[in-house]
Amino acid sequence: MNTRLQSCSAGDNVLRERGQREVFCGLTGIVWLHRKIQDAFFLVVGSRTCAHLIQSAAGVMIFAEPRFATAIMEERDLAGLVDANDELDRIVAQLLARRPDIKLLFLVGSCPSEVIKLDLSRAALRLSRQFSPAVRVLNYSGSGIETTFTQGEDACLASLVPVLPEAGPKAPSSLLIVGALADVVEDQFRRLFAALGISLVSFLPPRRSTELPTVGPSTHYLLAQPFLHETAHALEQRGCKRIVAPFPLGSEGTTVWLRAAAIQFSVDGAHFNAVTTPLRERADRAIGRYRPQLTGKRIFLFPDSQIEIPLARFLARELGVDLVEIGTPYLHREHLAAELALLPPEARLSEGQDVERQLDRCRQAAPDLVVCGLGLANPLEAEGFATKWSIELIFTPIQGYEQAGDLAELFARPLVRRARLVA
Amino acid sequence: MQLTVWTYEGPPHVGAMRIATAMRGVHYVLHAPQGDTYADLLFTMIERRDRRPPVTYTTFQARDLGGDTAGLLQTAMREAYARFAPQAMLVGASCTAELIQDDPAGLAQALDLPIPVVPLELPSYQRKENWGASETLYRIVRALAHPPRESPPNRRTKRARSVCNLLGPTALGFRHRDDLAEVTRLIVELGIDIGIVAPWDATPADLSRLPEADFNVVLYPEIALTTAQWLQRQFNQPYTRTVPIGAVATRQFVDEVAQLAGIDPARALAGAEQRSSWYARSVDSTYLTDKRVFVFGDATHAIAAARIAANELGFKVVGLGSYSREFARDVREAAASYGVEALITEDYLEVEARVSELQPELVLGTQMERHIAKRLGIPCAVISAPSHVQDFPARYSPQMGFEGANVIFDTWVHPLMMGLEEHLLGMFREDAEFNDTAPSHLGSQPTPIADSPTHGPIALPPAFAGSTWTAEAEQELHKIPFFVRGKARRNTERFAQERNVGLITLETLYDAKAHFGR
Repeated sequence: MNTRLQSCSAGDNVLRERGQREVFCGLTGIVWLHRKIQDAFFLVVGSRTCAHLIQSAAGVMIFAEPRFATAIMEERDLAGLVDANDELDRIVAQLLARRPDIKLLFLVGSCPSEVIKLDLSRAALRLSRQFSPAVRVLNYSGSGIETTFTQGEDACLASLVPVLPEAGPKAPSSLLIVGALADVVEDQFRRLFAALGISLVSFLPPRRSTELPTVGPSTHYLLAQPFLHETAHALEQRGCKRIVAPFPLGSEGTTVWLRAAAIQFSVDGAHFNAVTTPLRERADRAIGRYRPQLTGKRIFLFPDSQIEIPLARFLARELGVDLVEIGTPYLHREHLAAELALLPPEARLSEGQDVERQLDRCRQAAPDLVVCGLGLANPLEAEGFATKWSIELIFTPIQGYEQAGDLAELFARPLVRRARLVA
Repeated sequence: MQLTVWTYEGPPHVGAMRIATAMRGVHYVLHAPQGDTYADLLFTMIERRDRRPPVTYTTFQARDLGGDTAGLLQTAMREAYARFAPQAMLVGASCTAELIQDDPAGLAQALDLPIPVVPLELPSYQRKENWGASETLYRIVRALAHPPRESPPNRRTKRARSVCNLLGPTALGFRHRDDLAEVTRLIVELGIDIGIVAPWDATPADLSRLPEADFNVVLYPEIALTTAQWLQRQFNQPYTRTVPIGAVATRQFVDEVAQLAGIDPARALAGAEQRSSWYARSVDSTYLTDKRVFVFGDATHAIAAARIAANELGFKVVGLGSYSREFARDVREAAASYGVEALITEDYLEVEARVSELQPELVLGTQMERHIAKRLGIPCAVISAPSHVQDFPARYSPQMGFEGANVIFDTWVHPLMMGLEEHLLGMFREDAEFNDTAPSHLGSQPTPIADSPTHGPIALPPAFAGSTWTAEAEQELHKIPFFVRGKARRNTERFAQERNVGLITLETLYDAKAHFGR
């Protein structure tokens, strides 16, 4: 398993590792995506492992009937693909009979379905024809051999892009916010854009499949999440243009993100300041409360969701945190250019993972706080490290002004807790 | 293909992880794509273990598939050996790696590591977690167990005390930690020595000495039966058949163990702190008589629970089922003895439909049934895996042995209303406090499944359809306390249906009451 140090630009050393990765696969995205798109159902075509993974990742088991399920492949499905397709049709019919409320069905590819080359795009076409217009059937891959954790959302949104309605050549200029955000955050941004005077704003993914945004050459899109490489590519194919910005984490991040849109839509600078300054000041006050606990603390981030770099930028610039190592599963330089420019030049980045070597480095550096996945957190706590579960940073609303304080608190809480417990 | 919302068991390699994680000095190299590492959190989060499971995953990706995934596996084995210095290694494949057919056994052999390497073949598309655990224990014992130094007769005469092994407790097992402590105490009190406990805390060297003991105690047949049978065939070691869950089974177990050791069981039985049997006889428990109970879990726990329910608490078993297909025959036999048909299924929706149809007064099940029961407003106690973080309590809470019987009494009876309390509720039911909106320890009112918008249609049994209630009868029905009203309504409607009575009057209500009894 190789490790190499690659120099990409001045002062920018990235450690690239290939070894054991301790991250979820893209199927995990279903856990938040099914909450976001309220009439969509996610059917994983996979193995018992896939079903068990989603069950275990979904809040360590919440037993309500969710809008996701697994079609578990069995021995006989592996014998012949024709039979596997028949079986899939049977399962989908069974599912849609059970859940008449479903309007959009995603067939989600997994490691085993991809290895046996079960063609889910053909299956989706076939089933779409059969159940149209009541149900639209799409497909994407959430497999661990193709996707790492949040890349599952990327693949899902990318599969939606081709079916978005076309905005005609004379359509007015519109803004599309891309990336799943909590409803409360989405509503805040809607109000903010309205206050700025940007009126045509839509979100991808939409809350209901019947509210798909229209896109075309008059659409400018702004990424709300840093892991949407495929989706961005698909949008460009539809003629949409990306607004270059960092990501809306923290007071500064949110301001720069909004300003990029404001400039694109020719919002007057004074008006922008008038709208955002009170919000920015409130966010700064909220963040300030946690500064005494975090300033000067040394943080080590294990790779997980690809939001590590924006998080590190927020921690360093708004809370005065020292960055020991910032791990990311992938480093997408184009989408992260604005973020990298804001990082302290000495920050050490690592891309990919060799978990044992990374743990060695972490122990060696002895940071004050480790941000890592659920498989590593308790063992590191037992070794004496304070940890923050990285998955909470995906499931909790953290974007925008009103959440900036909450985001700071997520990092402060493990330290406060350690200080509080006597034994 | 099988449509699955939630699963009772994980894949078989998770079973193998439960064995490896329970042991010391073992490392498991698993050929698996990235994402399969989620299994670590079962141990670190659900069981709150303070160490990562001793598992190295190859975490191959699509780009590796065209290349040398076999090389990746060999590198992982070599590096795991160098880093962790295990005494023995397990090597196998998860579901995806099984498809790419890299032959972990052959690759391991080619590496020629200076320790025993046990290849595991766990067919992911046919088998599940418990089978995987059982097979792994069997394979590793088979690979490591040495023939004993002395033949059984010589050994017996040389030793003053009998020695037995305890087989079955694993990581992520339902109360295995506490069961082990309880059974150990029971056996030591009998004057028998414990040889090896496996896989819990055992090293590979320990496993090699398994055949030295006089007999084996099988705590969890789902995990240890295959191994115990092999040890019997191979080394003439008998094994126990009784699983000591419940007071009666514990006494039988003590007798069985004493007989295998050739000693008198009286000593262990005399000192037993056995409160549950007396509590069940005490007058406050009379209200438990014929409480209708539905049981579902792994085979061992479900069969034991039904037996305790029927014989030690005086409940009426109205349903019994299990997701353990390997032990379906045992479950069917047990069910037949209660005059019910066993429900053998992995589909929790099927279990939900059955519970909803039977309307029991208590559900004894897994975390899935706890959820089902909550939705239906039925009290529930958890008796079996799959495990939830709540199933690893901080306190001592065994299921086995006499203390286990005490724990079970409390755990099952507390969700029900206490006898005196129930009696008083009946007496004062006309009082304002005892109406539908009065606070209840069961939380919110039951939500009928069919009305829930997030839920698909589960056909209600036909008995519900066809009859209407007169206002007077409906009013009378509302005088019945809410926690038994559902049953009264159901019984009356069934009674009316069976007699083709279209309109339910006050008379029909009381006719039905007379017909069905309580």
